[in-house]
Amino acid sequence: MDFLNSIPWFLMATSLAKTIFLVFLVVLPMVSYTVYAERRVSALIQDRLGPNRTGFPLTLLGFKKDFSPFLGGLGQPVADAVKFLLKEDLTPGHVNKPYFWLAPCLAMMPALVTLSAIPFGSEFMGVKMVIADINVGLLFMFAISSVGVYGIVLAGWASNSKYPFLGGIRSSSQMISYELCMGLSAVPVLLIAGSTGLSKIVDFQVREGWLLAPFTDGNLSLRELLLWVPVGVAFITFTISMFAETNRLPFDLPESETELVAGYHTEYSSMKFALFFLGEYTAMIAGSALIVVLFLGGWHVPFMPDGRAGWVWGLLNIGTFFAKVAGLLFFFIWVRWTLPRFRYDQLMKLGWLYLFEIALVNIFLTAGILALCK
Amino acid sequence: MSPFLFWFFALLMLGFGVSVVINRNPVASALSLVASFLCLAALFVGLNAFFIAVIQVLVYAGAVMVLFLFIIMLLDLRAEQRRRFNLVALGGGTLVTLGLVAELASVLNRFPLGRNPFPPLQGSAVDDVREVGMTLFSTHNLPFQITGVLILVATIGVVVLSKRELN
Repeated sequence: MDFLNSIPWFLMATSLAKTIFLVFLVVLPMVSYTVYAERRVSALIQDRLGPNRTGFPLTLLGFKKDFSPFLGGLGQPVADAVKFLLKEDLTPGHVNKPYFWLAPCLAMMPALVTLSAIPFGSEFMGVKMVIADINVGLLFMFAISSVGVYGIVLAGWASNSKYPFLGGIRSSSQMISYELCMGLSAVPVLLIAGSTGLSKIVDFQVREGWLLAPFTDGNLSLRELLLWVPVGVAFITFTISMFAETNRLPFDLPESETELVAGYHTEYSSMKFALFFLGEYTAMIAGSALIVVLFLGGWHVPFMPDGRAGWVWGLLNIGTFFAKVAGLLFFFIWVRWTLPRFRYDQLMKLGWLYLFEIALVNIFLTAGILALCK
Repeated sequence: MSPFLFWFFALLMLGFGVSVVINRNPVASALSLVASFLCLAALFVGLNAFFIAVIQVLVYAGAVMVLFLFIIMLLDLRAEQRRRFNLVALGGGTLVTLGLVAELASVLNRFPLGRNPFPPLQGSAVDDVREVGMTLFSTHNLPFQITGVLILVATIGVVVLSKRELN
C-alpha cells in the first residue's frame, strides 16, 4: 500500500467529508424534495392540493387513524423512495440486458460527478468548500455532463422497442445541439472573469460584483454598465440551453408522453426508473448550481463576510448558495407548469438558428466592450 | 502521479482498447472506446494536464463517440455480429502492430531524450488553459487561423453536400 502514503491524508479526509456532505446530506435530499416541490408547486399552479398528507400508515397495523406528524405531507419523498425500492423490478424479455442495466447508472453518475467542481461555499474552518478546485472547472462540468447522454442513448437502444428508441435519438441530438449553445453562451463569462476555474469566477464576482448584478460591490462603472447587456443575453441563452440539456419542459421531447409513452425509460420499472428520475433532477441541481456560480455570485451576498471571519459565516455562505440554487429550481418548476411543449423541429430550429447565432454574436460584443473599455 | 494509479489506468485503457478490437458487437466496441478515452483522460490528469484531459473527454468521449454510437445504432448490427474471425487478417494485424511497437521502441531508444524521463515542470501551479491560449494566439497564430479557415471550408462543404437540391 505504498501509494496511499504518497497522498496527503488531510486532503483526502476533507475531500471525503465534503463529498459525503454534498452528495448524501445536501444534494440527494434536495433531489427528493425537489420532486416533492414539483408536485406541490404544480398543484398550486393548477389550483389543486397535491400530496399533502403522507405520514405513517398506522391503519395498516389496526389503528383507527394514520399518524402524519409532518406538515403538508413532507413524508412523501420517503414514501416514494420506499415504493421505488419495494416495487417489482421487471426486466422485459426483449431487451439487451447488459446495456439495459448499465444505462440507469450512466444516467445518474455523470450528474453526481459534475457536482465535484462546484464551489458551494467559501471556507469552513479553513477548508475551501469545493471538492476539486481545478482550473478547468467549467470545461470539466461541460465534459462530464456531455458523457451523461450515453445513459439516455443506451436506455433507448437497449430497450429494443420503438418509443424508447425514438426518445433516445431525440434526446441525444437535442443534447449535442444545445451543448454548443451552452458552451458558447458561457464564453462571455470566461472573457470577463479571465479564468475557467469556477472558484476564480466566484472570487471575481465577490470582488467586482455579481455578473448579472454588477452593483453588488457598491459601485457601477461604465464598463460594467456596458457589459451588463452581453451578460444578460448570455444568462438568458445559457438558461434556455440548460432547460434543453436537462430535458425539462418546454423541451422534454425525449419523454413527451403524448407521443412517446414515456420516451427512453418506457421499459424501466422500480429503482431503475427512479435512477433516471434522480439523474434528471441531479442534473437540474448541478445546472442551477452552475448558473448560480457563473452569473449570480456563487455563495456571495453583499455585506456578508466569508468563511475566514468565523465558521458561522462559512455555514451561512453554504446556506446562501443552496438558497440561490433552490430559487432557480423553483423557477425551473414554474416554467415547466407554465409553458406548453415545443414541437421537435421548432426545438432544433430554436437551438441552431437563433440561440447559437445569438451566443456567437454575444461573444464578439463582449470582446469588443472589453477591448474598448480597459 | 502515483505509480499505482498510472498502472491502473494504463492497464485499464489497454484492456478496453483490446476489447474495442475483439468485441463482435459494434455498440460494445464503441463503448469500450469511450471507456478507453476516459482512462486516457485520467492519465492526463495524473500529469496535471487538466486542460487536455477535459478536452479529451469533451471532444472525443462526449461528442465524437456519441455521434459514432448514434450511427451504429441506426445500422443493422446482426450482419456484423455473425461475421467469423478472419485468421489471415488477424495474423496480419498482429504483425503490423508488433512491427509498429518494435519500430517505436527502436526509435525512442536511439536518441537520449527518448530514453530518459522528462524533467518535472518548473513551478507546480501552471495555468495550462492560459499557457495553451497564449501559445496558440501568439507563437502559432498563423497556423491557428489557417486551421480555422479549413474548418470553415469543411463546414460549408458539408452544408452543400447535405442539400438535396442545389439551386
